[in-house]
Amino acid sequence: MNEPDNKLIHAFGALAELGHEITNRNNFQETIRTSLHLLSGALGIRRGAIARYSRFAHELNMLAVRALGDEFPLTLGLTTEDERQFLAVGLNPIEVAQARVLPFFQVYDASFENKRLELLVPLVVREEIVGAIFLGEKATGETYTSYDKDIVCAMGQHIGVAIAQRNLMAEIERRSEENRQLFDEMRSTYHDTVKAFATAIDCKDKYTEGHSVRVGKFTEIIATELGWGPDETEGAAVAGYLHDVGKLTVERKIINAPYRINAKESAELNKHPGVGYEILQPIHHPYTDVPLAAKYHHERLDGRGYPDGLYDREIPYIAKIVNLADSFDAMTTDRPYKSRRPAIDVVEDLHRNSGRQFAPEIVTAFLSGMFKELNGDDRGRRFRRLLGRDYMEAEGLAEKIKFTLNELAPTTPMTYVAAAGIGDQPIL
Amino acid sequence: MSAQTADQVSTIFAGSYINKLSGEQIEHECRRKLDAGCRELTLDFSQTELVNSIGISILLGVIDVAEKNGAKVVFSEMNEDTVELFEMLGLTKHVTIQ
Repeated sequence: MNEPDNKLIHAFGALAELGHEITNRNNFQETIRTSLHLLSGALGIRRGAIARYSRFAHELNMLAVRALGDEFPLTLGLTTEDERQFLAVGLNPIEVAQARVLPFFQVYDASFENKRLELLVPLVVREEIVGAIFLGEKATGETYTSYDKDIVCAMGQHIGVAIAQRNLMAEIERRSEENRQLFDEMRSTYHDTVKAFATAIDCKDKYTEGHSVRVGKFTEIIATELGWGPDETEGAAVAGYLHDVGKLTVERKIINAPYRINAKESAELNKHPGVGYEILQPIHHPYTDVPLAAKYHHERLDGRGYPDGLYDREIPYIAKIVNLADSFDAMTTDRPYKSRRPAIDVVEDLHRNSGRQFAPEIVTAFLSGMFKELNGDDRGRRFRRLLGRDYMEAEGLAEKIKFTLNELAPTTPMTYVAAAGIGDQPIL
Repeated sequence: MSAQTADQVSTIFAGSYINKLSGEQIEHECRRKLDAGCRELTLDFSQTELVNSIGISILLGVIDVAEKNGAKVVFSEMNEDTVELFEMLGLTKHVTIQ
């Protein structure tokens, strides 16, 4: 084989390796460093550098530098004229003698001259500058031939695409992060708004101040105890915060009546679930069940609730949860016409009404959460913060809850398997 | 790859294939020898059958570092193909051939 054939085979090998390197999902910096090695080794180039272009800073930033010394500038600022010339030349090598007309080259000419740079290759991909390659003298001491320049162009295209891909990925990551931040901000705004609404609702009733906020928190506890995921739990809390939004339209004197309200007033008050649904339904909530929770949180499993007298399975699950949280808060806070009930009485009430008003598995979840806190298995102090330390430390409360939990959810019966000739035997 | 040193003369024995991994090992060893005051660096290619482009680039880097340190670089025991490749790419212009 003659020398050009050998050169071609050697360069072809380098090009193949470069393609492999760039299509592999290696570390980007390492890919560029290897690319510079391959380009240098393909033609026996003694020194060089590959830079990435920042279109925001209008700078070329060196990604890989070989044998150019510490004093070689790692950042080169480009002017508009440089950019125009780069785009006009495209991905073609510019010899140093020609490159000297470029404004940026004049700024760094001393550095380039000192390092015996011979070629500058703008990396232009899809009519966009993505970087540049700087190449020094060949080890043979010969000038670059048109054949050499073709090889440089072919390899430069690969390197340019690698940089463009990296830029694209970085842009996608940046936008994704921006979207995530925006989403978080919107979510935070939504929750702040929900809490502000809850506070506004509670302001109508001086005796039940904080009721909506507490119901939101009790609802959140139940959802957590039921093993719901973070989004569903958050949605449940929102449903709890807003369940009484319909009360905004009920006259204050009815809500604040320091006596048991009469039938007419009761009828007026009982409109609030439907009104709440009308208020919430047109809002595009991230959690679809929020309006349903407002509408049906006074329904009971036995069909004796309102507004529609629904039975068990007809009642949306979230409304069953809010119903328990709402009732629990009503029993455990002072009202104008009666004081809060002792904790043990409340647990008895939940037990007695389980399967009538409340869904048994929801009562179980709620009491389990309470028991874990009393038992020290949950150190979150969620109930103590909402109900007060003294209330939670009522004598015999933990035992009462334990008993109730056993009644509501007895231990799973032992599983039997058939054993030939012996009869059914328990698995020990 | 292996190496031996005597009187500021170090000999590094290259492996059968000089690529990125083995090339970087050679480069690391050469830099270590030069930092230790080596004045003559001999690269023994008696086992070398193939050198790829990355290997060429790394050897050019070794030559550059040796020049900056004022050390002499000797290439020895190259086979015919390796000589041909190094001549074609100009490496032989910067080293002593043995």
